[in-house]
Amino acid sequence: MHLILFLFFGGICVAGAVNLLVQRHPINSALSLVVVMASLAGEYLLLGAEFVAAIQVIVYAGAIMVLFIFTIMLLNAGEEVRSKGSRVAAMLGVPGVMIAGVLIAWILLRHSNTAAVSMFALPGDPRAIARLLFRDFLLPFEVTSVLILIAIMGAVVLASKPEAVARPSAAEPAQREVRELVASGRER
Amino acid sequence: MSWTTLAHAFPILLAQAQIFAAPSGAEYMRILPELVLSVFGMIIMVVDPLLDEKRSHKSLGAIGIIGALAALASTYWMAQNPGSAFWNMVRVDGFSIFFHVLVIAIAVVAILSSYEYMAVQRIRAGEYYGLILFGTVGMCLMSSAVELVLIFIALEISSISTYILAGFRRREASSSESSLKYFLLGSFATAFFLYGVAMMFGATGSTNIDAISNALRSGGTPALAYVAMALMFIGLGFKVASAPFHIWTPDVYEGAPAPIVGLMSTGPKAAAFAVLLRVMFEINAPGRFWVIWVSAALSMTLGNVGALVQDNIKRLLAYSSIAHAGYVLVAFAAQPELGTSAVMFYTAAYAAMNVGAFAVVSHFANAGEKYLTLEDYAGLGRRSPMLAATLTFFLMSLIGIPITGGFFGKFYIFSAALKSNLIGLTVIGLVNSAVGAYYYLRVIVSMYMSEPRREVPVMPTPPAMGFAIGLCALATLYLGVLPGRVLDYATQSASQLLHGITVSGSLINYSNNPER
Repeated sequence: MHLILFLFFGGICVAGAVNLLVQRHPINSALSLVVVMASLAGEYLLLGAEFVAAIQVIVYAGAIMVLFIFTIMLLNAGEEVRSKGSRVAAMLGVPGVMIAGVLIAWILLRHSNTAAVSMFALPGDPRAIARLLFRDFLLPFEVTSVLILIAIMGAVVLASKPEAVARPSAAEPAQREVRELVASGRER
Repeated sequence: MSWTTLAHAFPILLAQAQIFAAPSGAEYMRILPELVLSVFGMIIMVVDPLLDEKRSHKSLGAIGIIGALAALASTYWMAQNPGSAFWNMVRVDGFSIFFHVLVIAIAVVAILSSYEYMAVQRIRAGEYYGLILFGTVGMCLMSSAVELVLIFIALEISSISTYILAGFRRREASSSESSLKYFLLGSFATAFFLYGVAMMFGATGSTNIDAISNALRSGGTPALAYVAMALMFIGLGFKVASAPFHIWTPDVYEGAPAPIVGLMSTGPKAAAFAVLLRVMFEINAPGRFWVIWVSAALSMTLGNVGALVQDNIKRLLAYSSIAHAGYVLVAFAAQPELGTSAVMFYTAAYAAMNVGAFAVVSHFANAGEKYLTLEDYAGLGRRSPMLAATLTFFLMSLIGIPITGGFFGKFYIFSAALKSNLIGLTVIGLVNSAVGAYYYLRVIVSMYMSEPRREVPVMPTPPAMGFAIGLCALATLYLGVLPGRVLDYATQSASQLLHGITVSGSLINYSNNPER
């Protein structure tokens, strides 16, 4: 039963991921991402990480996907234009990815000492996660706030209009200086 | 519940309280530079909206410099408290102190060389200095983290801040291109690193560097560990711009603001090399030899050959930085005891000369970064002798001519390689150095022996920029004349870092070196 469920969710997950890449309309891609997220939540549940599974549904399949879809709707993004990829990339990339995939699968299968875990056998409860997150991994947890802060600053900088950035008043003295220097250079 | 059971329970409760005790003051001292940098980054963000636009360039730059200098000073208190902190997340040892000082010094010089540049280029200063300081937090943490999860987050902080900084010339399409390209390819590379971390967890059951190293030493090497190592090398190889993960470098360097190129070709690179040293040598990564060998040989060759045909000085220096990443990787193929100190010395020497070279380039490029081709440098030797002389000095250091830091950097790397019997790699490296001399000399020849074809204005060097260039020149000269002190420190901290390896005996048997 465990194995059947695992394969079921895994199959849906991979199918959703492939569909995400194949679809041409951003909304369809976003919706297949929901499928990927939800089936991943199922896999987490099978691993006995029920808290992570719940968070996966609430945060990723819920909140983040809503943001995604809002953004797509606000941008009014249309269908993608299909572009021809470079031939070199196709010739080297496709076999390369296949070799890498087969290699990793082979190694994982050869060294599989995994067995089905019964539910609640592994510490996946909120208490264990809280202990890891707020004690052992306290520093990475706190440092992540710097990361998010930088991301916000980046959005502010890169999304602002260049015209609004260039305040002539701030740069005028320097500009005049340059102009004068150019002029004096010519006279010489 | 009776009193006796309570009495029995009390010590247990107390013990639990002990486990959950807050970190001690000494532990905060071990991340003091990071704290100082973050605080000053936030001060800049708070002060920015309060300031008049006209003055904000100078005053925000001043806060940035003060913050970076305060962080540099705070490494002293950090160094007084060696040890690990926050449940074995970071470790303060000679190695991390070395990279802290290096990375923060790079940030100081980068801010100094941006001080007037920002006004000349008419770039809004607010987030710029904040991002430099926050990015430095990431780089510092990369050098002291001994936990792959923290290393990943720190790597992201340093990378994302550089992606954004690359796009700061908002009116130039090339800058946006640079930022976007760097972001997309960089995220792709980070995914490889993260996948490698996950695989390493699968192979050893831990993400702590010491625990991984112990697991690999005692329990043999599972095949999964090789895959993990390879994936992590792809991620880090991208960050240090080593071939075959170097394609992004010229385009990104061409579009980004020149002082930022000086920063991102040295700071995040030095931090990524620090991570690579911990991952490769402290973990004693399995099967690393040929991977590094091939990547080093490719980086040196592709970088130098690519630079030969460049006319844009930023692209030329971008290819040269690929080549220099290759030289550093040579030391990674050498024995850990010899290679580590050579890598540390080289990153310091390279930082001094490259930040200096880009400071000169950014001053000379002028408003809108118009003057970047080799032709524009024609006749600079006559019109601005000091500027031309310092640039010549930095380029000579990049070639590796004596009395410059670049000479001893290369010398230590290739002598480490020779002592480890890497004859093939050393020969490739030396041939490449000779090829590299050609394109650096092309710039020098253009400056002193060509006639200018068009009018190129040369502004007098503003004070902060001049100070930054002077600092770099002094550092390059110091490393070239008196390398002993820095090298001794590097050697000491390297043996501290590799203590586990030297005690338990090298697992890789270098007498069976496949190249020999």
